[in-house]
Order: sequence, then C-alpha cells, then structure tokens
Amino acid sequence: MQQLTLGQAVNQALREEMARDGRVFIAGEGVGIGIHSDPRMATHGLLEAFGPRRVRDTPVSEAAIAGLAVGAAVMGLRPVVEIMFNPFFTIAADQIVNHAAKLRYLSGGKSAFPLVVRIKTGAGIGAGCQHSHNLEAWLAHSPGLKVVMPSIPADAKGLLKSAIRDENPVIFIEDMILNFVPGPVPEEDYTTPIGVADIKKTGRDVTVVTWSKMLGVAFKAAGQLEQEGISVEIVDLRTLTPLDENTVLGSVRKTGRLAVLHEATRTGGFGGEIAALVAEKAFDALKAPVKRVAAPDIPVPFSKPLEDFYLPNENDLMQAVRGLFSSAP
Amino acid sequence: MDCNKQLLRMMLLIRRFEETLTDLSQESQKLGGMMIVCTGQEAVAAGTGAALSPEDVLITNHRSHGHLLAKGAEPDFIMAEIFGRRTGYNKGKSGTLHIAAPEVNALCTTTVVGGGIPIAVGTAFAAQYTGKDFVTVCFFGDGATDEGSFHEALNLASLWNLPVIFACENNVYTGAQRMEEHTRVKDIATRAASYAMRTEIVDGNDALAVFEAMKKARADCLSGAGPLLVEFKTYRWGGHNTTDTQAYQPKDEIAVWKGRCPIQKLKASMTEAGTLTEDEFRRLESEAGKQVEHAVQFAEASPWPEPAEALEDVYV
Repeated sequence: MQQLTLGQAVNQALREEMARDGRVFIAGEGVGIGIHSDPRMATHGLLEAFGPRRVRDTPVSEAAIAGLAVGAAVMGLRPVVEIMFNPFFTIAADQIVNHAAKLRYLSGGKSAFPLVVRIKTGAGIGAGCQHSHNLEAWLAHSPGLKVVMPSIPADAKGLLKSAIRDENPVIFIEDMILNFVPGPVPEEDYTTPIGVADIKKTGRDVTVVTWSKMLGVAFKAAGQLEQEGISVEIVDLRTLTPLDENTVLGSVRKTGRLAVLHEATRTGGFGGEIAALVAEKAFDALKAPVKRVAAPDIPVPFSKPLEDFYLPNENDLMQAVRGLFSSAP
Repeated sequence: MDCNKQLLRMMLLIRRFEETLTDLSQESQKLGGMMIVCTGQEAVAAGTGAALSPEDVLITNHRSHGHLLAKGAEPDFIMAEIFGRRTGYNKGKSGTLHIAAPEVNALCTTTVVGGGIPIAVGTAFAAQYTGKDFVTVCFFGDGATDEGSFHEALNLASLWNLPVIFACENNVYTGAQRMEEHTRVKDIATRAASYAMRTEIVDGNDALAVFEAMKKARADCLSGAGPLLVEFKTYRWGGHNTTDTQAYQPKDEIAVWKGRCPIQKLKASMTEAGTLTEDEFRRLESEAGKQVEHAVQFAEASPWPEPAEALEDVYV
C-alpha cells in the first residue's frame, strides 16, 4: 500500500474530489504558489493540475476567505478553503461561527452551506502560540458545524472526501506534525464517515479517548502499560461533532476506566465533554474517576524545553492511567 | 408597468409596512421587543429592487424589510416571520433580524455589522466561476465600512473583478454616532476608491436616481467591468430601533429630512409630469395599506411553531 503523510493524503483527497466534481475549488493563502514547494504539503501541485480558476491564491484576508466559502457554498459550489494556522481562525471566526454555522438554521432549513475549512494546527513546530493553538473546543461549541480531526493519513483521505461531499460546513483540522509521519493509505476512492469514532486498538482494562496527533502518544503509552499488565483500548474520536457517543460509552462500559488525552489546554477543552458524557451515561460502569490528560492552561511557548513541557506525552498518560488503578476500589 | 408608478407603489408598501411594525411594537402584546425599520429610506430599496432581476442575489443587513420587499419577497411571509410564526419565511428561526428568502434569492440578512460583505464576494465568485449572468447586491450601512470585513471583502472583489455591487446606505447615523464621530471620511465612497474600485454617490431619497444608478451598475457588472460601490445619501427618520429615544438626533435635522421624503418627492415629480393624480395616489396608498393589513392578519392567524421544532434545521 502507498505510504503517505497526512498532508499527502489530504492532497490525494483534494485531487480526487476536484477531478470528480467541477464544483469543488480551493482557496487560501499560498494554496497555489506558496513559500514552500514541499511535496508533503496538502496543496502541492494542485495549481499545476487544475489551473488558477479552481486553485485560488488569496490575499492575507481570513474573513474574506471564509466569507468567500459561505457565499460560494450557498450558490451550490463546494469550496474547500484553507486557514493557514488555527489561531488565524479567530479572524475568520465571524464568518464561520456566525454565518457558516447559523445561516442554514436562520433560513429555516431552506439553504445549505456545503463548505470545508481546512485549518492547520498543533504545537511542536517551534512557532509559538500565535501559530500553535488548538481551538477545536471553540468550534465544537458552535452548533451547525461539524468538526473533524484526523489522526492518521488513511482517515484523513477518507474523512476529507466525506467532508467535501457533506451538505454541511465541516471544519477539518490537520496537525502539522502529522505532515511528516508517513502511513499506509489505500489508493482507491473511499470515504470515511464523519461522526464515527474508531477503536484504533482494542484493550480490556482502560479506555483512552483521544484524537489528532495525541493518538501516537496514546500508542506509546499503551505499549509500555501492556508490559505492566494493563490492557489499553484506544478510541480515536476522529470527529468531535457530531460526537460518536456510542463508541465511547461502549468502550467505557467494557473497560470500566477512562482517561481522555488531548493536546489542547485543559480548562474548557473537549475532554471535559467526554468526561461529562461518561459521567451522565455510564457512571455505573466506572471503577475509578475519569482522568484528563491535557496541556496546562498556558499559551504554547516557543523555547524547545518549554514547548516540550506544554505537550502532553506518554509519561503523563501512563501516570494518569496508573492512577486509575491505584484509586480503584 | 410604468417605472415611476412601480417605484411609488413599492415605497408606499415599505412605508406602510414599517409604520405598522412601529405601531405594533409599541403595543406590547402584539410584538415582543424592538423593531429595526427603514422609514425614510424607502427609495434606496425600491429603486434597487426595480433594477434587479429575479436571479440576482441580495445580501442585506439588520434594516432589511424594505430590501426584501423590493426584491419580491411576500409581505405575508415576512410579517409571519417577524411574528415568529411557523408560516414565516424561516419558520420562526430568524425573526425580524435575519430573514432569508431564498425563493427570491435574498440569501442572507445578517445583523453582524459588515458580516454580509465577505459573503457577497462568495456569491459573486459563484457567478464568475459558473459563467452565469447575475449580480450580487450587498447592502450595509455607513458604520459597516469601519469593519475589517468591509476592507478585506472589497479588496478581494476588486482583485478578482467580481460582479458585485456594494450598496452603502449612508443614513447619517451608526447607532447613536454621526458620521464625523466614527470616521474622518466625508464620503464612504472614497473608501472603495482605495481598492481601485469604481464608485458612485447617489441621492438615496430619489427613487428614480437610485433605479437608474443601479440599472447601470448591474449592466456594467455583467459586462465584466468588475465591482463597484454605490453610496446612497439618505436619512433614518426614526432611531436605530423602535425603542431608541433619538435623544442624539436634532429635531430640526429630522424635520429637514422629512421635507426630503422620497415618496413625496416622486409624487411631486409625477404630478408635475401629469402621470399621477391625487386620486390615484390615494388608491395606491390604500392598496399598500390593504397588503400590509392582510400580512398582519395572516401572521396573527398563523400557528406558532411547536417548541421542539427548535431542534430542526441545524444540519442538512
């Protein structure tokens, strides 16, 4: 099977969907001619393949980029626009939160806004807090949006194709570190359903719910915990909203323990939502309190040791998981 | 139909519609809260509506009733929406502030000041992308041109030469602020010139002038001349909304502008030209009154939505 990075998988999904559907166009800062000409990047080569009518480099104008998508979508096109980094989303937020998410509701269900906003995210690139800031919980708090955060290249390809074919606005968040990690990706045309979590590893004793690049951290921790006799089940959420409650609850009912792992900061993070869901609907199955493993409530710092401190790692998760057993009745 | 008469008829409908809402909002049992009405600004809406084709797209703002009526939206369904009834354009989800009437390509009424301007870039892009002959008209007030979204959108529309008419209704006030209190710019149109965009300043109380300007703007857009900004100089007779006490609006200023009433202006010129009699004017007035009366009756007789309908229409 072909080995692609997440960015290359996104690129393949874009190519296939643009070839399949003439309504699909892409727009954003440097999506055609960017400062990097790196084949691992998501939009690499698309301008050459599809031309400037369908691959639109824009000014540095995030509100206009997002508004372009809203207006084009209501007219029946399938815009896929890029917001270069998650913090820059705040400039586009009015268009995404007040318009893309709400205009269908405000139309009484008469209009549809089939658009995709691709956003790059993630700490670990040494760019500091105005390039790295995972804001997925903000977006998940906006009814009308679907929020997708793939963890592996194969899911990224299938989920982006689903997002482009979806009739609703979909926010598709790509961790930049994953652009440098190849993985197997099927070559054929396939979609991966939005709103369906994936059990990436089955286990017996504890459920770890995670998403995006923290999946790798979960696997590292799970490998070591297995050696200590703790069997870990890893649920990759893949989609935050709509949330696949059944997969989360089913796993927790099986294992009786839950740790939620995410890169975003702790307070107000989406991990709190998962914890609340389990407390409401599977409290009786819990053998220990729910643990959250997340970044501290600070901006993403620049300096390498500081940024490493910020990012949750396998030791943080292992410590949390071990705690679930020491506090068990 | 005679264009002047069409303009007059539409202005009378809008005037009566807004006056009725003003009255109803002050009878607390009838309508909850405030109404944002365009009394005094009817010529901008009527002139624009008459210049557009059904396939043209309208994006508008909080002061939208006139724009929607002039674009061809049904008074009954607008009124029912304002009353929060299920028969309204948006099943009670929008109310007075966010009415969308996709049936007449009125695709977005946004109350985020300046929020519609980038969306108009998107609908105009769709025209260019698909090669279809329609324009987008985007209404906003003078205050919206202080927003970043205005500047981002105009720059992009100009860069891509999109078929969009940015229609600024300069009614002197942004909330309680006069122009000179929120910008040093004397004419909003000069802001668009900084994006190498064509601009025009039009007497917004002259329905025929509005019509002629928008007809030409539309034709130019369709011929590939790119976007333009038309600034309509007009005046808000009332406050920002119907609960506004207008303490900041000088009474003599209001009186001056009432003397420039767009309806009386057109009536006078038609009378002078011999194309309108007093009887006919009264008949048109009475027709408008009946239309609005019917709309109120329709709204009042319409069912409320069931509470659980709130859960519908979030996603496709």
